[in-house]
Amino acid sequence: MTAHLSSGTAACPGCIATPSEPARPIPEDVQIALSLPGIHCSACIATVERELNAHPGVEDARVNLTLKRAMIKAAPETRATDLIPVLERAGFEAHELDPGALSATQTDKAGRDLLMRLAVAGFASMNVMLLSVSVWSGATDATRDMFHWISAAIALPAIAFSGRPFFANAWSALRVGRLNMDVPIVLAILLALMTSLWETALSGEHAYFDAALTLTFFLLAGRYLDYRTRAAARSAAEELTALEVPRAIRLIDGTEEEVAVSTLNVGELILVRPGGRMPVDGQIVSGQSELDRSLLTGETLPVFAEPGQTVSAGEVNLTGPLTIQATAVGEDTSLHRMADLVAIAESGRSRYTSLADKAAKLYAPGVHILSALSFLGWYIYSGDLRTALNIAAAVLIITCPCALGLAVPAVTTAASGRLFRKGMLIKHATALERLAEVDTVVFDKTGTLTSGTPELTNLGDHTRTDLEVALALAEASAHPLSVALVKAACAAGIKPANVQRIVEVPGYGTEGEFRGQRVRLGRAAWVGAEQGVETAAWLAIGASLPVVFQFTDALRAGATEAVSALRRSGKDVILISGDTSGAVRALANVLGIESWVAEALPQDKAHRIQDLSDQGHRVLMVGDGLNDTAALAAAHVSISPASALDAARVASDIVLLGNDLSPIADACETAVKATKRIRENFRIATIYNVVAVPLAVIGLATPLIAALAMSTSSITVSLNALRLR
Amino acid sequence: MEVLAYLIPISLFLGGVGLVAFIYTVRSNQYEDPEGDARRILSDEWDDHPKP
Repeated sequence: MTAHLSSGTAACPGCIATPSEPARPIPEDVQIALSLPGIHCSACIATVERELNAHPGVEDARVNLTLKRAMIKAAPETRATDLIPVLERAGFEAHELDPGALSATQTDKAGRDLLMRLAVAGFASMNVMLLSVSVWSGATDATRDMFHWISAAIALPAIAFSGRPFFANAWSALRVGRLNMDVPIVLAILLALMTSLWETALSGEHAYFDAALTLTFFLLAGRYLDYRTRAAARSAAEELTALEVPRAIRLIDGTEEEVAVSTLNVGELILVRPGGRMPVDGQIVSGQSELDRSLLTGETLPVFAEPGQTVSAGEVNLTGPLTIQATAVGEDTSLHRMADLVAIAESGRSRYTSLADKAAKLYAPGVHILSALSFLGWYIYSGDLRTALNIAAAVLIITCPCALGLAVPAVTTAASGRLFRKGMLIKHATALERLAEVDTVVFDKTGTLTSGTPELTNLGDHTRTDLEVALALAEASAHPLSVALVKAACAAGIKPANVQRIVEVPGYGTEGEFRGQRVRLGRAAWVGAEQGVETAAWLAIGASLPVVFQFTDALRAGATEAVSALRRSGKDVILISGDTSGAVRALANVLGIESWVAEALPQDKAHRIQDLSDQGHRVLMVGDGLNDTAALAAAHVSISPASALDAARVASDIVLLGNDLSPIADACETAVKATKRIRENFRIATIYNVVAVPLAVIGLATPLIAALAMSTSSITVSLNALRLR
Repeated sequence: MEVLAYLIPISLFLGGVGLVAFIYTVRSNQYEDPEGDARRILSDEWDDHPKP
C-alpha cells in the first residue's frame, strides 16, 4: 500500500496542492457526474476537486475514489462538456455519466438493508457468544439455564430479522419444487433453534444459539460481498449505457424539431449534422458528405455520400449536413437486426454453470441425505427422538456452507476490486471464471486495437511548399483526416501558406487559391488522382501532379503490450476485421499477430468464433463496434472499451474504463489466480467437513467444536481470498 | 453470582450501543468511499481550519 502510494503520488499529474476557493451558494443547481478512470491517490483527489471548484458555475465537487467518480453540484447552465476539457488539461481522462441512473444507485436500499441485517447478526452473535463461553467454561444448573434463556431471547428475534433473505430465497425455491443453497441453510438454522429451545426447556446441556447466529453472520457477510461487487458493476454499466442520448432532428415543413429517436416514423425527413450519428436507416435526400462506417463494418476509409444513397443507423456523418428520409425505424433498422443476432448468441452463454452452482448441486442434496440418515440411524439405534434430532441438527450445522458461502464472493470481491483499480469493470458474475479458461483471444481492429483517429504517416515525403499549402487547406476543415494533418504538420513546425478564398466542399475536400493557382486537398477523384487502398488525402497545386498524404489508424495505448503479454502467456491471438486486407495486414505485422482475417462481415466474425468454440477453444473476444456485437455475444467471454457502442458494451462481460488496453493481459492472469483461489477455498471447506462431519455423526460434536470449526474455516477462506489483492 | 444481575444487563447494553453506533455510521454515508477517505487524511489541505 505504502509503495503504491508513494509511486502514485510522484506519477500524479497535479501534486502541488493549493487551497481552493470557497463554494458560492447557487439556488437551483444541477447534478453532474463524471467517471474518472485514471485517479488513484490523494493528490489526484485534491487536483480534480480544485480544478472543478475553480470552474465558474461549479458549486461543489466531490471525488469518490472507491467508485472513481466525481459528483458535481453546479449552476443550471453548466454542462459536463465544459468540465471535461478542464480535467483533461490537468491530465485526467473523464467521461460523462448519467446522473439519473446514478441517483438510483446512490440510495442503495437493498445494500443498506443487507448491511443492517449483517450488523444485527454480528452484534447479536457477539453477545450470545459471550454467554456461551460462560456455559462452556463450566456454568451449570440454573445459571446455565438462565444463560441459555437469555441467548434464546437474543437469538430468536435477531435471526427472525437478519435471516429474512435466506428464508425468502429458500421459500421461493421450494415453492417451485427446486433446491438451492438457501434450503439447507434455512433448515440448519431452524432446526438448530428448535432443538436448542427444546433442550433449554428441558435444562439440557447443549444449545446451538451461538452457532445459528454466527452461521447467519458469516453467510450474510458472503451475501453482502457478492451484492457489493455486482451492484458496483451493474450501476457503472448502466451509467455507461446512458452516455448516448438518443435524440434526432426532425424536419417538418422546413422547421427543425429535436425529438427522441423512438418517435421517428418511416418517411419523415431527418437532418443529420456533421459529427452526428444516423438515428435510423434511410436514403439521402439532399446534401453531400462523407460517412464513417467503421462502427458498423470496421472499414476505416470514409465513404462518399450523395443524394439517392442509402444509409444505415449507426453511421457517422463527417463533413456536410445531410437530410435523410427514414426507410426503417426502431426495431426494423439494421442496428436492431444486429441486436437480434446478439440475443441468439447470448442464449448459448447462459448455459455456463459457475463453480458455485456446481458445488451447490453436489452439496445441497448431500447434506440433507447425510443429516436424514444420521437422524434415522440414531433413532433406530437409541429409540430416543431427542438424541436423534440433536445429532441431526449438529450434522446440519457443521456441514452448513459457511465457508462455501464465503468461498466464491470473497475471491470475486478481491479480484474485481483489483481489476477495477486497473480500470476494468466486471459486469457479469461468472466473467472471471470464464476468463480464466480462455486460450484464444480475438481482437477487432478499428476502435479496439486502434484508437479510431487517423495519423499521418508520410510527412517526410513532401516538399515544404506542399506541406504549407496542405496545412492551410486542412485548417479550414473539421474532417478527421484534416485534423490529423494539422496535428502532424504543426508538430513538425510547419507554418500555413497564404492561401486565399478557402472553401470546404462537403464530401470532397477543401479548395483555395495559392499564388494565382487553384489548390485542392481532398478525395482522390476530385483532385485528379487514382484511389488507392489505404486511407489517404490528395493535394494538387494548379495543374501539377497530385501528391498523396497517407494516414494510418493510430494504435491504441497499450495495444502492443497487451498483445505481446497475451502471446507470452501462450494464448493464440487472432485479428478479425471488416477493414481491407492491406490495412489489416499492416497492423498485424506491427503487432506481431500471425493469423488475421480481413473484410469479415458481422456474421463471419460470429461464425468464426463459433467454429473456434466447436474446435474446443475458449475464446475471448475484444471488440467495440456494432459489427462485433454478435461475435462478442458468441464468444466464451468478451471485453469492450468504454468508447464502444452501446450494443457492444451490453453484449460484453467486461468493460475497459480507460483508453489503455494493457490491463487485458493482467485481467486474464488475475482471473486464473482467482479461479485457483476459489478451488482452494472449496478444498479447505471440504477438508474441514471431512474432519468435522464424522464427529457430528457419531454424536461427539459439542457447540464449542461447532463454533470453533465454523469460525476457523470461514476465516481461513476469507484470508485465502485476500491473498489475491 | 449476584454480580450477574449487573453484568448481563451491562453487556447487553454495550452490545446495543455498538449496534446503534454502527447503524449511525451507515445512515450518515460513512461507507460510501472507504478508499478515498483513507487517502484524504494524507492531504494537508484544510489542516489549519475546517472546510467551510
